[in-house]
Amino acid sequence: MSKRKTKDSSLSLGECIAEVHMTLRRRFCHHLPCKPFGVEAQYKNLLDLLKQTAVHGESNSVLIVGPRGAGKTMLLKSVLNELKKMKQIEENLLQVHLNGLLQTDDKIALKEITRQLQLENVVGDKVFGSSAENLAFLLEALKKGNRSSSRPVLFILDEFDLFAHHKNQTLLYNLLDIAQAAQTPVAVIGLTCRLDVLELLEKRVKSRFSHRQIHLLNAFSFRQYVEVFQQQLSLPKEFPDGRFAQEWNQNIESLCKDKTVVDILQKHFNSSKDFRSLHVLLMFTLSHVTVSKPSIQSMDLLDASRQYTMDSKANILHGLSVLELCLIIAMKHLNSTYEGQPFNFEMVYNEFQKFVQRKSNSMHFEKPVILKAFEHLHQLELIKPMEGASVRTQKEYQLVKLLLDSSQIMDALQKYPQCPTDVRLWASSPLE
Amino acid sequence: MTELDYAEFPKDKISLLKEKLICRDSQIVTLLSLLGEPQHYSYPSIFVYGHTATGKTYVIQTLLKTWKLPHVIVNCVECFSSRMLFEYILNQLQGNWLSSENERTSYLRCNSLNEFVLLFKQVVREQNLLNQTVYIVLDKAEQLREMDANLLPGFLRFQELAEENVTVFFISEIVWEKFRPNTGCFEPLTLYFPDYSKDDLLKILSRDHPPEFSADFYTSYISILLGVFYTVCRDLKELRHLAALNFSKFCEPVKKGNVREEDTRRLWRNIEPHLKKAMQTVYLREISSSQWERLEQEDEDSKHLKGLSAHGHVELPYYSKFLLIAAYLSSYNPARTDKRFFLKHHGKIKKSSFLKKHEKTSNHLLGPKPFPLDRLLAIFYSIVDSRVTPSANVFSQITTLVALQLLTLVGHDDQLDGPKYKCTASLDFIRAIARTVNFDIVRYLYDFL
Repeated sequence: MSKRKTKDSSLSLGECIAEVHMTLRRRFCHHLPCKPFGVEAQYKNLLDLLKQTAVHGESNSVLIVGPRGAGKTMLLKSVLNELKKMKQIEENLLQVHLNGLLQTDDKIALKEITRQLQLENVVGDKVFGSSAENLAFLLEALKKGNRSSSRPVLFILDEFDLFAHHKNQTLLYNLLDIAQAAQTPVAVIGLTCRLDVLELLEKRVKSRFSHRQIHLLNAFSFRQYVEVFQQQLSLPKEFPDGRFAQEWNQNIESLCKDKTVVDILQKHFNSSKDFRSLHVLLMFTLSHVTVSKPSIQSMDLLDASRQYTMDSKANILHGLSVLELCLIIAMKHLNSTYEGQPFNFEMVYNEFQKFVQRKSNSMHFEKPVILKAFEHLHQLELIKPMEGASVRTQKEYQLVKLLLDSSQIMDALQKYPQCPTDVRLWASSPLE
Repeated sequence: MTELDYAEFPKDKISLLKEKLICRDSQIVTLLSLLGEPQHYSYPSIFVYGHTATGKTYVIQTLLKTWKLPHVIVNCVECFSSRMLFEYILNQLQGNWLSSENERTSYLRCNSLNEFVLLFKQVVREQNLLNQTVYIVLDKAEQLREMDANLLPGFLRFQELAEENVTVFFISEIVWEKFRPNTGCFEPLTLYFPDYSKDDLLKILSRDHPPEFSADFYTSYISILLGVFYTVCRDLKELRHLAALNFSKFCEPVKKGNVREEDTRRLWRNIEPHLKKAMQTVYLREISSSQWERLEQEDEDSKHLKGLSAHGHVELPYYSKFLLIAAYLSSYNPARTDKRFFLKHHGKIKKSSFLKKHEKTSNHLLGPKPFPLDRLLAIFYSIVDSRVTPSANVFSQITTLVALQLLTLVGHDDQLDGPKYKCTASLDFIRAIARTVNFDIVRYLYDFL
């Protein structure tokens, strides 16, 4: 071992682990902009487009469409990072970030635009003037400019489909109108997960949109998925302790060849291709890494996967009392005899009484006690009332529907701790 | 993964936690390792679910407090509008409470999620929380679904929106699948708090044993209590309440000196009927806890006291009674049978020939059926002996019965001609009323023929 190497690997194990957590958590939770995976063509497309706006003063509009967790924001962020590196663009370009979740109507959106552009009617973080004044002011400012002299503005509309729900789509109309007319150069970039987003737009808005779409559709194979898995878990070159990082990366590499790990990943790949679900899995895995266990084992991943794929309704069923379970079985029988017709408490009670009288002698309860159990099931949303108005009918006669599958019930019954035998028998064979 | 050995976890704090939160060891470990160190990023949103009283709020609250992490715990039932929610979070984070002393000068106002994000950043900067994770805990998160549509997805990706190191906890009894909005959202990390097993419950409940008795004595009491109630109720809060209420009865023979502490059999024989009675009364809140305690002290038989539901008797005017009876008859009898019941020369018709195929289930199982006003009046006139004029009084009594929720109007509310009603009184109630006017209602009910 050379001297230099011993010098930079001077961190103790505890510090190393803390550093690993720091780096990887940043990656999984905060979604730092990094080079996106498998979307080189889209990346180049978007970069060229934005360059056209930033350098040549062309006005553009584009929609980035893709399912949740496909890396739309990541793609945009890395493109913007790339743009920032070019010096003349960085000084020149203005950015306005809007989000459909935050700017729920046009008034708020206008205020936000003026605030982010730092226009004259902004003092500190406050915007003055009514929204009509704001709009007029903003349009005036944007219209005065021309292609050659004014600074280009980049409008980024996250959750674009929510902006289409605003009244009259005024904001979209105005933005796209400016993008079409020869005024201040603007680029309108919409990010959405709805494939039918163009159908939401009004005719006049739709005609002003350039119909340029970039699709991000998770088109990669399982082999690439494993590669991403490895890349996400590996430590970067900048890691302070070189030796530790090397060992860690070697461990990850051997992990990717492990049979159990590949099986788990295949299972996850089959259920969903998006990276966010992978991040949840990795986050669970990472939480197992401690000083006494400084590397990831395949068992950790197995554990994490088990935690991730738990059936939540089965969990809830597991915690019910025996009486509540009996009511659910009674509902299951009602469902199978009346073929999915809704039922009320009286019918369930009647079914349950039949069971108690014929088969079981351990379960004699008063009707109000059973009603309380029934209401608890309602509170857990395992049953759902058919009509909303609850005041109109007595609670005994309110029609409800069971929100559980019969196989779910049978599975839960198998796992139920100390289930009485007569109840189990009743569940498998209804009374005649 | 039972041992806590993350380098930075101080051992004394962990043992303190473990002592406070029993039977929750693995949950504590998972939570702690997910949270990581204060300066680390944690996952943007964590969804915690589990049954009633499985220590969801308690564990998270104790954990955040013991670790002295900056956090705000909000109850979404209390803060029922988004505005209240925002202002509560901001002001708690600032350390302000609405009081007369600070004259509300520093009280922040916030209307929308947009403003909230801006103000949140500002507060975090002011309070020097920049390099540590801030936790927002939303208790009873199922209420968020009924608030503004952008609230739940907004909080789910709050870390991204605010660009701060924030983690939002959602605590709920309802599973995550019922929260997901239809256009999708940022998926949180879901954690399950499992229910306590019978042994766990025994362990937890035995902890609050009174000092004047031995621990074994109290544990045997708890196991008797669980023996009676466990099939019905697994709610720790409810069981704890019941245990506290009935203990004085249990130790009464010991105090009197009749029975030794070790004689579990006789103690059991003493307490068991008492607990069974408690299930029908206190558990259903038929009689209140204070009444129950008074009963125990005075050594009365608990049957003497009438419960809440026994006070169902309502004093009504003479015609209202008949109107209600008529309404009940028209709700629970099929219209075809009216002729047979209320006309004089109807001839003999047997029930079996009446029965149609779909009517084999009794009406008392299916619930009341709606009927038109004319039918109600016709039955009313035929069961009242004296001659009644259809005055405004009679009609106003019908609307009064609707206001008393003994009848309900079906369908459109503003229909003057031909409104339809349903009777929502129970059979016992109607029987009691019929008895006061000497009317044998069972003879007129189709189900009981």
